[in-house]
Amino acid sequence: MTLIGLIVVPFIGGLAAWLAGGGKRSPRWISLAALGVECALVGTLWVRYLTVPHATQWFVDVKLPWIPEVGVGFHLAMDGLSLLMVSLTMILGIAAVISSWNEIQDRVGFFHFILMSALAGVTGVFLALDLVLFYFFWEVMLVPMYLLIGIWGTGRKVYAAIKFFIFTQAGGLLMLMAILGLYFVHGWSTGTYTFDYVELMGTRLGAPVTMLLMLGFFAAFAVKLPMFPLHVWAPDTYVAAPTAGSVILAGVLSKTAGYGLLRFVLPLFPDAVALFAPIAMFLAVVGIIYGAVLAFAQTDVKRLVAYSSVSHLGFVLLGIFALNGYSLPGSVVEMLAHGFSIAALFILVGLLQERIGTRETDRMGGLWASAPKMGAMALIFVLATLGLPGLGNFVGEFLVLAGAFRTNVWLTLFAAGGLILAVIYALWLMLRTFFGENRGQLKPADLSAREMALLGVMAAVLLWLGLFPQPVINATQPAVDFITGRIHGNQEPAGERKAILHSSDQLTGLFVPADLLRANPSPVTERSWDSRNGISHEEGGPTSAPRFPALQSGVYR
Amino acid sequence: MYDLLWLIPALPFAGFVLLATIGSRFPRSLTAAVGVGSVGAAAILAVLTAGRFVVSPPPDDFFRQTLWTWISLNGFTPEIALYLDPISLVMVLNVSIVGFLIHLYSAEFMADDESYCRFFAYMNLFLGSMLTLVLADNLLLLYLGWEGVGLCSYLLIGFWYKEPVRAKAAVKAFLVTRVGDAAMAFGLFLILANLGTLQIQELTERAVLLWPVGSKLAVAAAGLLLIGALGKSAQIPLHTWLPDAMAGPTPVSALIHAATMVTAGVYLIARMHVLFTLAPMVQYAVAVIGCATLLVAGFSALAQSDIKRVLAYSTISQIGYMFLALGVGAWSAALFHMVTHACFKALLFLACGVIILGLHHEQNMFKMGGLRRQIPFTFYTFLIGAASLAALPLVTAGFYSKDEILWASWSSTLGGPWLWLGGLIGALLTSLYTFRMVFLTFYGKAKSRIDRFPGTAMMIPLAVLALLSLGIGLIQTPGVLGNVAFFSGFLSASLPAMTEGNVSARFENILLVISGVVSVSGIYLAYLFFLKKPGLAQALTNNPLGAVLHRCSFAACGFDRAYHWLFVKSFVRIATWNRHDFTDLVYRGVAGFAQVCSIILGASQTGRVRHYAVGIVIGAVVTIAIMVLS
Repeated sequence: MTLIGLIVVPFIGGLAAWLAGGGKRSPRWISLAALGVECALVGTLWVRYLTVPHATQWFVDVKLPWIPEVGVGFHLAMDGLSLLMVSLTMILGIAAVISSWNEIQDRVGFFHFILMSALAGVTGVFLALDLVLFYFFWEVMLVPMYLLIGIWGTGRKVYAAIKFFIFTQAGGLLMLMAILGLYFVHGWSTGTYTFDYVELMGTRLGAPVTMLLMLGFFAAFAVKLPMFPLHVWAPDTYVAAPTAGSVILAGVLSKTAGYGLLRFVLPLFPDAVALFAPIAMFLAVVGIIYGAVLAFAQTDVKRLVAYSSVSHLGFVLLGIFALNGYSLPGSVVEMLAHGFSIAALFILVGLLQERIGTRETDRMGGLWASAPKMGAMALIFVLATLGLPGLGNFVGEFLVLAGAFRTNVWLTLFAAGGLILAVIYALWLMLRTFFGENRGQLKPADLSAREMALLGVMAAVLLWLGLFPQPVINATQPAVDFITGRIHGNQEPAGERKAILHSSDQLTGLFVPADLLRANPSPVTERSWDSRNGISHEEGGPTSAPRFPALQSGVYR
Repeated sequence: MYDLLWLIPALPFAGFVLLATIGSRFPRSLTAAVGVGSVGAAAILAVLTAGRFVVSPPPDDFFRQTLWTWISLNGFTPEIALYLDPISLVMVLNVSIVGFLIHLYSAEFMADDESYCRFFAYMNLFLGSMLTLVLADNLLLLYLGWEGVGLCSYLLIGFWYKEPVRAKAAVKAFLVTRVGDAAMAFGLFLILANLGTLQIQELTERAVLLWPVGSKLAVAAAGLLLIGALGKSAQIPLHTWLPDAMAGPTPVSALIHAATMVTAGVYLIARMHVLFTLAPMVQYAVAVIGCATLLVAGFSALAQSDIKRVLAYSTISQIGYMFLALGVGAWSAALFHMVTHACFKALLFLACGVIILGLHHEQNMFKMGGLRRQIPFTFYTFLIGAASLAALPLVTAGFYSKDEILWASWSSTLGGPWLWLGGLIGALLTSLYTFRMVFLTFYGKAKSRIDRFPGTAMMIPLAVLALLSLGIGLIQTPGVLGNVAFFSGFLSASLPAMTEGNVSARFENILLVISGVVSVSGIYLAYLFFLKKPGLAQALTNNPLGAVLHRCSFAACGFDRAYHWLFVKSFVRIATWNRHDFTDLVYRGVAGFAQVCSIILGASQTGRVRHYAVGIVIGAVVTIAIMVLS
């Protein structure tokens, strides 16, 4: 019941806020109260997750019949991964409400209804284990976002809203086709027609079909993420959206894409994913670099942040398709850290715009003098963005790259170049806004206590993620093990890939005496990078871990 | 005692947290007390720990303290753990003591600054990061400290953020070092993927067993770490950030040049010496880069007019000596020079700060002159520092450490006469530019008046550092001069001795005399050119060849300009050219196409029946034709 509550509470809260109408304060407090209840629910789930031992991956599982005739069920379940994502949604939901406290003055009640419905939809996406239900929630979160941008946006808001709608809807329809395709293919081959995630897992499908179905799902998620070259809607939309919209779009909605890839695409289509992975990784790396270069070129702060988001989500995609036990948890950590850092940056941009009435960097500079607290906060989140160790993004990026290195050395090299480019745009942003000469003679007021508290909490979360990421990594472990198990189990891999995809025990006991290695030359010795030295120090032996496969065979395996 | 090890980095961090959160409400005295006190406490702890270490070393000469497990994933378990052995102990002492003296000095130096609290917060963070770096038990934690010092250098160089030049110099420092950091991070991925750990002791053990000498993986790993070290330690080709780093307040320069930051690369290579021994090619590259850097930077220092720039190039050059020593396997000699350098370079910068403060931020040496009568105390301490930098024989610490490096560069099996000669020419350049600076600043006609004189908080560090710059050399002396080997003996537990080639002790003495003579003659040349006969230097620069050399030296051999053209301009051009994201054009094209189609098809809706009839007929004909023909 708690899971249903997680979805219903924000929706009801939003409805109440709308009906409360009239005053401008009451909808805000009602929304906050609803999110407070949500907090309590998530809190009980955390307690349950940490204390009650659970045999399966899912520690809460709700399955009710819905339309049994066609195999549609109302199936919600939660594991560590969805718990993390729901927690992120909740905190950023609160952040969105607080950050629009002054900004939204028009149709306040309706605004909160829309915002809270979007949150309900997102929560549903993170919990649904029935594909029809999943698609339903996927659409539920789309429509409110469209209205949010179209009504309360700024600048070219209608253009942005339509662009957003067309892109995501096109992706969504491809996913719907893939869902139906999967349903029928599964039905034909097994006789049971079902949309249930757990049951669908059992099917093995022919290669060409799975590739098409996988691409259908992938399209929806790649648009939502957004992945290069499908990213073009994102900057326009983020810029036009009100602060709360940008926070939800970049902080939470992009995570539904990462989550969808992890939850559905990877385990449902392991063979197709393994084939497609090099392409996805390549596009991810292009996105990392392309987003970073474009971010640097922007003069609109919000646009700069938007392109930085494209760059960072490249890391998420890279980690997901590197498909190993390092990169997958790394992706999740990166998703959370990116969620907080990007949301905080959008909030700061919003606050800045509220105070000085512009987002153009040409008119800023030297703002630290009049708003040191704001500058310090901006600095913290900018540092998180550029991957400073000690903050969450570093842990994510490090694990993603360390994992990607095992899969593809050269792509990782270029992705690591993204670390340098991130410094360029991030410090350029600071240089143009808070440091340097005060070109526009602007003197924004400093942060208020409420704003300080909000941003302080987000900074603290990032610090916690950076120094104590282990609880998060542990929470992802069952899902990650399941994914790697699927991918490993569904194909008879060559020794090399097997070793890559095997997530656990990959390296424990790697250390074997060299003479043992010499005595047992492995069958793949000749492929080892340094074979002329005559010992198989990279591969083979009882503890084989893959070394530099890509160095011998070009960019892709 | 050892159990309190964690406090050494934690105290400065605590100072930072305190100052960053509630420090803005502190009165200045309390800010200074927290800022200086936290580092002072760390320094006292470090000294006590060192005393304990010398008297009763822990088993196997190391002590390991785990605070918590950072990440635990598939057997990769980097911990937040500290590792104390002779190398890190030397580094900790160096960082905390010199760091403390600089903090003490800053308490007075920065007294008039409006952002007093912010300054000490950054400084404490700097020290905390550096102490984490040197105490880190694994490369990931080391990387945290490594990036931390990079960040603090950015914050402190751009401390006076309102001036665009300073703010840009800060970005440059972070960016150039980040290039090295990215390579280092890549090295970490490589090590992790191949050795399955980043714990330093484990990975060196595994590397020895799994990687034969000269294997490609060892070369790649060592090479990537070397690039990281080049960035942090400001060696060619990643040295361009350091001269611009002068934009920060002078105590910051002292901190960056002496105690923290630039020594990190030297420490990294010394710490990972096993890996570098496995990759002789890379180790040789270390020596060659060091030698090239010490010459280029020494040459660049000759023509600078900004006193802090001279010191900056001299730092690059002296770090070059350390790299030279590392490259020939004289690990302890490199660390020894680092220690002496920390003392005299901090001294020089702090003394220089007195002048700059007294002259209202005037840094041009040609506008100084004759200052020795106005600030005699500062003059004598500066002179001691300069003598030590110029390696004045017998009395200065710099002599002993530099001589050990020169000797090693010839006598080591990895060295040779060429490297030695490079080092020797560098020594000549060093004493030449150092005493040019001394003579221009303190001698000759007085051109300006000092109107602010140092108080106790500034004089004490100068005095202590001056004593150290003279005396600390006595912990390690060459054979003929007492043959003290306390320093290398202490380090021998964690650093192997250099393998000497077949060179006699008499030969060592000859080289010793030569280096002494070279040092003194450099000073004499400086005296001749810049004090006795200034016309001589003028004549030299008027000569066409001399003019070219002068310009080349002044522009530091043109690295900055080349990088500006090669990287900065092209990057900015590409980025600006694609500012509006050309991929969007594709989608806009699709949208435009749909719009055009809509207009064309819309035009066909004329409302006239005969138009429609014609359309139907044509459609029918075409359809039938297709059916018939196919």
